[in-house]
Amino acid sequence: MAGKIDVTEEMFAPAENNFLEAEKISRPTISYWNDVWRRLRANKLAMIGLVLIILLCLMAIFGPYMNGFTYYEQDFTKKNLEPNAEHWFGTDASGRDLFTRAWYGARISLFIGLMAALIDFVLGVVYGGISAISGGRTDNVMMRIAEVIYSIPYLLMVILIMVVLRPGIFPIIIAMTITGWIPMARLVRGQVLQLKENEYVQASKAAGAKLSWTLRKHLIPNSMGPILVNVTLTIPTAIFAEATLSFLGLGIQPPQASWGSLTSDALGSILIGNFYQLAIPAFLISLTMFAFNVLGDGLQDALDPKLRE
Amino acid sequence: MKRNKFSFFALVIGLMVVISGCNSFGETEKTSTKDSGKSDGKKEAVEKVLNLNNSSEPGSLHPGTAEGTHDSWILEHAFEGLTKKTPEGEIVDGMASVPTSEDGINWIFKIKEGMKWSNGDPVTAHDFEFAWKYALAPETASEYAYQLFYLEGAEAYNAGTGTVDQVGVKAKDDTTLEVKLAQATPYFLDLTSFYTYYPVNKKVQEENPKWFTEATSYVSNGPFKLTEWKHKESVKLEKNENYYDKDKINLDVVNFVILEDENTAWQMYQSGELDLAYPLPQDVQGQLAQSNNKEFHNGPDLAVYYYNLNNDVKPFNNIKVRKALSLAIDRKTITENVAQGGQQSAYSVVPPGIPDVNGDYQENTGNLFTEDVEEAKKLLAEGLAEEGMDKLPEFSILYNTLAGHQKIAEAVQEMWRKNLGVTVTLENTEFQVKLDREKAGKYQVSRAGWVGDYVDPMTFMDLWTSDNSHNDANWKNAEYDQLIKEAKQTMDQQVRMDNMHKAEKLLMAEMPIIPIYFYTKPHMVKEYVTGVYTPINRYPQFIYADVDMDAKE
Amino acid sequence: MIMIRYILHRFMWAIITLWATITITFIIMHSIPGDPFAKEGTMTESMYENLQRYYNLDKPKIVQYVIYLKQVALLDFGPSIKSKTLTVNDYIEKGFPVSFHLGAQAMIIAIFFGLILGVIASLYRNRWPDYTSMIIAIIGISVPSFVLATLLINFLAVKWSFFPVATWKSWSHTVLPSIALAMMPLAYIARLMRTSMIEVLNQDYILTAKAKGLRKNAVIIKHAIRNALMPVVTVLGILTANVVTGSFVIEHIFGIPGIGEMFVKGIMNRDYPVILGSTVFYSAILIFLIFIVDVVYTWIDPRIKVTGASK
Repeated sequence: MAGKIDVTEEMFAPAENNFLEAEKISRPTISYWNDVWRRLRANKLAMIGLVLIILLCLMAIFGPYMNGFTYYEQDFTKKNLEPNAEHWFGTDASGRDLFTRAWYGARISLFIGLMAALIDFVLGVVYGGISAISGGRTDNVMMRIAEVIYSIPYLLMVILIMVVLRPGIFPIIIAMTITGWIPMARLVRGQVLQLKENEYVQASKAAGAKLSWTLRKHLIPNSMGPILVNVTLTIPTAIFAEATLSFLGLGIQPPQASWGSLTSDALGSILIGNFYQLAIPAFLISLTMFAFNVLGDGLQDALDPKLRE
Repeated sequence: MKRNKFSFFALVIGLMVVISGCNSFGETEKTSTKDSGKSDGKKEAVEKVLNLNNSSEPGSLHPGTAEGTHDSWILEHAFEGLTKKTPEGEIVDGMASVPTSEDGINWIFKIKEGMKWSNGDPVTAHDFEFAWKYALAPETASEYAYQLFYLEGAEAYNAGTGTVDQVGVKAKDDTTLEVKLAQATPYFLDLTSFYTYYPVNKKVQEENPKWFTEATSYVSNGPFKLTEWKHKESVKLEKNENYYDKDKINLDVVNFVILEDENTAWQMYQSGELDLAYPLPQDVQGQLAQSNNKEFHNGPDLAVYYYNLNNDVKPFNNIKVRKALSLAIDRKTITENVAQGGQQSAYSVVPPGIPDVNGDYQENTGNLFTEDVEEAKKLLAEGLAEEGMDKLPEFSILYNTLAGHQKIAEAVQEMWRKNLGVTVTLENTEFQVKLDREKAGKYQVSRAGWVGDYVDPMTFMDLWTSDNSHNDANWKNAEYDQLIKEAKQTMDQQVRMDNMHKAEKLLMAEMPIIPIYFYTKPHMVKEYVTGVYTPINRYPQFIYADVDMDAKE
Repeated sequence: MIMIRYILHRFMWAIITLWATITITFIIMHSIPGDPFAKEGTMTESMYENLQRYYNLDKPKIVQYVIYLKQVALLDFGPSIKSKTLTVNDYIEKGFPVSFHLGAQAMIIAIFFGLILGVIASLYRNRWPDYTSMIIAIIGISVPSFVLATLLINFLAVKWSFFPVATWKSWSHTVLPSIALAMMPLAYIARLMRTSMIEVLNQDYILTAKAKGLRKNAVIIKHAIRNALMPVVTVLGILTANVVTGSFVIEHIFGIPGIGEMFVKGIMNRDYPVILGSTVFYSAILIFLIFIVDVVYTWIDPRIKVTGASK
């Protein structure tokens, strides 16, 4: 017992509590969504799309008040005027200002499109996802139910909705989504079914991961691409379907306007050579389409976990 | 294995190609052989062909069950009634010579000699009796049976409360047709040229009750016969060689395409695929009318466009409110800038073109009110005060879905907003639903139109009697009812017309409905087509038309 | 063997689905306001009753339903209300070949050009062929078919006389409506194919195949396209059903005697026999096509379990 060490209290200074720090990764944790946003920002085309969408939305809000006309006032002495200094987009067959009507229409069309896309997306992902994950009999029954709804004549349901609820914007949204979510559900189901059998999903399952975790970490991010593209396509489809309803006389009630009703009203004017009445709403629909599409593409790239650096 | 899956796709696509290669164009080939066969028989002259469009597949080409213009336009050229009308509108001999009747109740028609069906059978009085009774039979369920309710016992038979023998039509022999009406009807001769009164070949129908569904079994007695009917696609008429007046018929072939879309029909006319276009798209009408286009023609129409006001609903029960709404509409703007078909603003309900005792009935009527925004404002304020309201509540205009009705409704909506400060919404529904709601009284203001069945003011005037099923405005006026009742019971034209003029004044003084305009029939006919005429209550007729085939080429 | 059991199983389900569809349609149809016989002209009560009797509409709804099920079983849908000439069967017999011809032609155009555009766009990603094909696709989905049809007629037929304006008489009459009908599915397929291709091209097995030194084309054709077709095939069933059973708008504008127009007008006119007849027909086709797609699906991707067959 030689060389006895004198142990004093001073020798025991509390260690600095930094052993947790030692485990820390030097790079800051970037959450998945932060990363998505970072990569999206780098994509010029997608940003153009985003800016366009914001601009269109701003115009939909402020456009109808910009040149002092109302969307309903008629002036037959000024009908079918081509675009000029006073009427920036010209006038329609009743002498109403098309600039005001076009942006008023943007409001309604964008609203219908966005709402329809949102509802389709939520319903489709929930229904398709549950169906695919459950599998077996549940999957089968759920898909058959979707088939039944899809097989009932669409127009019959729309007319029922319109006659019972009276034409208006919400009946139109209901009409858009009543069957619109089904292709989405089928797509989601297809995606999930495919991914379910993928090695990494199998692996995570084997490792004992919970279903919700697998869903969040693997299935959703990996199937997001095609689903988001489908969403961006749902917006035009809804704007479109509204146009077709206008063509059938089941659309928005005049003097309100939507891009669909503007195009369908302008159809006859092609015959007398007034292309601008048709070209303006058609161009705006195309622009919206373009914007949502490039944004959708950008999102797809940004969301793809395999491209994550 | 993998390759197999690809070849499956190839197979599917290949299959589609093969299937689509199959012929879905009906009997095109058969037609062409038929055509070449015909050209052998007619070496000397080029066939004269007229191409036009019918806006819908005919629902029935049987005179007893036909209804609507998409049926009648074809029937009017394939059949002929007891009488017919000249291009000037005069009633002349058809299958029978024009009779006279002292009491307006008993009529005796003599079928003329040499009248034949397109299959060579003689046209007899029995064919008429058979046809009319067929249309009236309850089992037939004809929607136009009411056209024959002038006959004694007809309505009872149709309702199942009378027998077929009690119907007032009897063929005494092959050439004599005795008709007995329920009450004196001065315009009965006009009716005998209407398509529900056409004959049907009794022998043919008894042998083949479905004779009218295909061209091969179709038999008619008019200037043309049906030789081809590709359902939902086209109808082909050819000159009937058995028609007694065939020398006056110039056309050899008439091709109808069945095309619903007015815009497309107009484009086909533009590209020369059609020689006659009717009806025309609204936008085009306006431009053509202004440009003095030589191919543009217009004719009067026995029809009025109006708005029903639901007189049972407050405040439309108030005369002043109703008048205010009517006076605040600028009809000139509507006809010139919206409807654009050269329509005439309506300040009464009976359209022009109906003869009065002297002159034209509508001209004699004149304008029964004048538009006046200031007066309208005053009337509205007074009317509302009487009803104990300070403001006209928001209401809607109900109309059946059609671009034309929508534009007019939008214009009226805007005029009422601007002139009277009234908030009006528009509500379009399908036709069937609109009619249901009108019948049930579930509307405030609704768009309506009425096309006269025959050329007499009565076809319009009896619409607003208290018990008329078409009185959707629910307006009731004992004096009006009495005037119309008296007019219906007499053959004295002076009394009838006087009563109807009085009744019309009364109607417009109370304004249960708001007349907007009298319809017209704007149509386009190529310059190489001549002899098309438009009777007031018919589509453009081409019975005597001629085509300059050299100019057409 | 599993496949045969699977098919039988699915067939049984198809019948149940069809029954559910037509029953719901029957209920909806009779709950919509609007009377098929309502009209502006004179209609006495007795005339109305005659019509009701003629079409069995005077009977209780449940009896009508039984009559109707009997008709479905015998595939005889009885007379149309609006036409005294054609029965519902006539309508379908005459209309379907036309709609099918038009739809098949449109789908061939759509699938062929859609896939080509989609593949090209994905291979030349973010270069001009990509932009060009995507602009075509965007125009395709952003111009409503009634506008496209009107424009095609206005220019190609009226102004330049390349094709006849409308009607259905010869092959040249079918060109414009086929194009007008094809644009939407074409654009849709192109977009979906591009996305799906890009996805697949980034998958491990493609990267592996590339790493193994396979020639680029071989890689793409053998692996990528086949795998990329999956999502496209999923939507193809519904797309084809919509297109082949006729597009009302295109048929209406071009005056084509197909069943799309019959269907829509049947609904508008409350022509009950026509509505029910066409619903049965339409549903049968849709269910059949979805069935085909599911079979093809399991075939393309053997990893997908054939559900239900194990039971």
